Amino acid sequence: MNYLDFEKPLAEIEGKAEELRAMARREEGMDVEDQAKALDKKAADMLRDLYKDLTPWRKCQIARHPDRPHCRDYIERLFTEYTPLAGDRNFADDQSIMGGLARFNDKPVVVIGHEKGHDTKTRIERNFGMARPEGYRKAVRLMDLADRFNLPVISLVDTPGAYPGKGAEERGQSEAIARSTEKCLQIGVPLVAVIIGEGGSGGAVAFATADRLAMLEHSIYSVISPEGCASILWKDAEKMREAAEALRLTAQDLNKLGVCDHIIKEPLGGAQRDKPATIEAVGKAIEGLLADIGTPSREEIVANRRRKFLDLGSKGLAA
Amino acid sequence: MNWITNYVRPRINSIFSRRETPENLWSKCTECGTMLFHRELSDNLNVCTNCGHHMAITPRARFTALFDNGVFTEIKVPEPLADPLKFRDQKRYPDRMKAARAQTAETEAMLVAEGEIGRTPIVAAAQDFSFMGGSMGMYVGNAIIAAAERAVQAKRPLILFSAAGGARMQEGILSLMQMPRTTVAVQMLKEAGLPYIVVLTHPTTGGVTASYAMLGDVQIAEPNALICFAGPRVIEQTIRETLPEGFQRSEYLLDHGMLDRVTHRSQMRDELISIVRMLMGETPPVKGDLPAPEPAPEPEKLEAPAEDAPADETPKEGDSA
Repeated sequence: MNYLDFEKPLAEIEGKAEELRAMARREEGMDVEDQAKALDKKAADMLRDLYKDLTPWRKCQIARHPDRPHCRDYIERLFTEYTPLAGDRNFADDQSIMGGLARFNDKPVVVIGHEKGHDTKTRIERNFGMARPEGYRKAVRLMDLADRFNLPVISLVDTPGAYPGKGAEERGQSEAIARSTEKCLQIGVPLVAVIIGEGGSGGAVAFATADRLAMLEHSIYSVISPEGCASILWKDAEKMREAAEALRLTAQDLNKLGVCDHIIKEPLGGAQRDKPATIEAVGKAIEGLLADIGTPSREEIVANRRRKFLDLGSKGLAA
Repeated sequence: MNWITNYVRPRINSIFSRRETPENLWSKCTECGTMLFHRELSDNLNVCTNCGHHMAITPRARFTALFDNGVFTEIKVPEPLADPLKFRDQKRYPDRMKAARAQTAETEAMLVAEGEIGRTPIVAAAQDFSFMGGSMGMYVGNAIIAAAERAVQAKRPLILFSAAGGARMQEGILSLMQMPRTTVAVQMLKEAGLPYIVVLTHPTTGGVTASYAMLGDVQIAEPNALICFAGPRVIEQTIRETLPEGFQRSEYLLDHGMLDRVTHRSQMRDELISIVRMLMGETPPVKGDLPAPEPAPEPEKLEAPAEDAPADETPKEGDSA
């Protein structure tokens, strides 16, 4: 279990309870259960308090938590017959974007998502979920496939942003993102996107441009990272707390602004504390949103999606 | 007395009626440092006469040079919600807006207009880097949508001049949402079978490059413009190495297949006329100076009858002449 900085006091209590129980296991006849239970209760209260009113910055930290379920976990548990499809047919296969054919509730779909990796080795392989142009071109290819065979697209968004690298720029990072967003707006099949962690700027837009966008309770979606914003507008990257506040990047604020259509509740203490429950909730939400879109004609789907985006921006936030 | 007239009075006068300093008359080329006289510079479309460096040009100046005889009609852009997030960093967003408006005398970072270039009707949109870095917020999104809608309605091509540091952070997610919104605008043009030409100018970066600025039927850039998704500084920090000379500049992008052409500002107008006319299936453009378009009422013509009128009212003078 990895603890975030604001969870340190909680870590101590949970650690003590764990220690007590370990001691009891070593020395027979020692009864610590009462004490341990008291600590458990204290920890549970503290957890509830900590998660009651999370600041936007804390939400960012939770959204980036390394123990959160990632794209791969969702695909494993929510889909059957997952058949990964690779490559952009031009240059490479980008491991930071995974996707392919799969069945969702027995119905064939195309699933696409950012994968961050879960340990050092896989994180490097996956480039921390930061895609290069190849990744977006793979997404375009998969969306085309879905469009041709009338399969709904489900996308799982979790990226700090598109990769800022030399090769990525040379191979047209911006063009690749633009084409992927364009493809989202062209396909005549339902498109449901879920932000499961970080929705980092253009790298997220590339396939979060959906008929319905759901966000996990503690996920974020932003035009720029709070650190980046702080270093530009405050000239001090340490002002990320203020920037996170000002950017209104939480699922709750985005829901008020009309960008996020549905908030998926997370277990107390965040998705990282109960992966199966989180994944199940996301599955339910996808099911609901697909049903909500219904079965309009291909033309209607495209027209409705475009209308949705053209109409965005009529809602503001009160001071 | 002498002391007062010769010393005190001039000093007082100089305090109260300080003449405007002629600092605006000369500009320094940001590339080679040559001092350029403002007339000479604007006649040369803000291109350095010494080294050919393309400096920023306001949308208004660009349109004046682009449209036949400098005649164009502005297209109204629907006003978006002001300050939807109640954004505040070290300054309040409305204060930043006020400052930008005072400084540029423009309402926002994009100007949309219609008119003719080489007798070819077009719609044009130009981004204003001097207005908050040309940043793409809801207004810019609305401007591009308005431009596309007008182009479709009048069956005209759209020429867009991009210049921006990226999305406008002060509008948060709503600025990011201009990426899909402007993409819808581009799709309107494509579906109507109308050309969409993008002219990328220095600098075009971030979310702007990753949406409408990279979706043109023809992609032209001005020389040595910085065009990228992630800026060079961010990349250097990420990969911890120095980037090659000319990285992410127009010519570099042309070499890497990301652009169709790199064109000098002085040839841009002719080239745009030529491309647009070919794509619209029209006859070759007429070379050389064209006569002034007829409909525009010249102020002289309006004054001419005004001169006649008093002559009519005072026939006696005429008789006596």
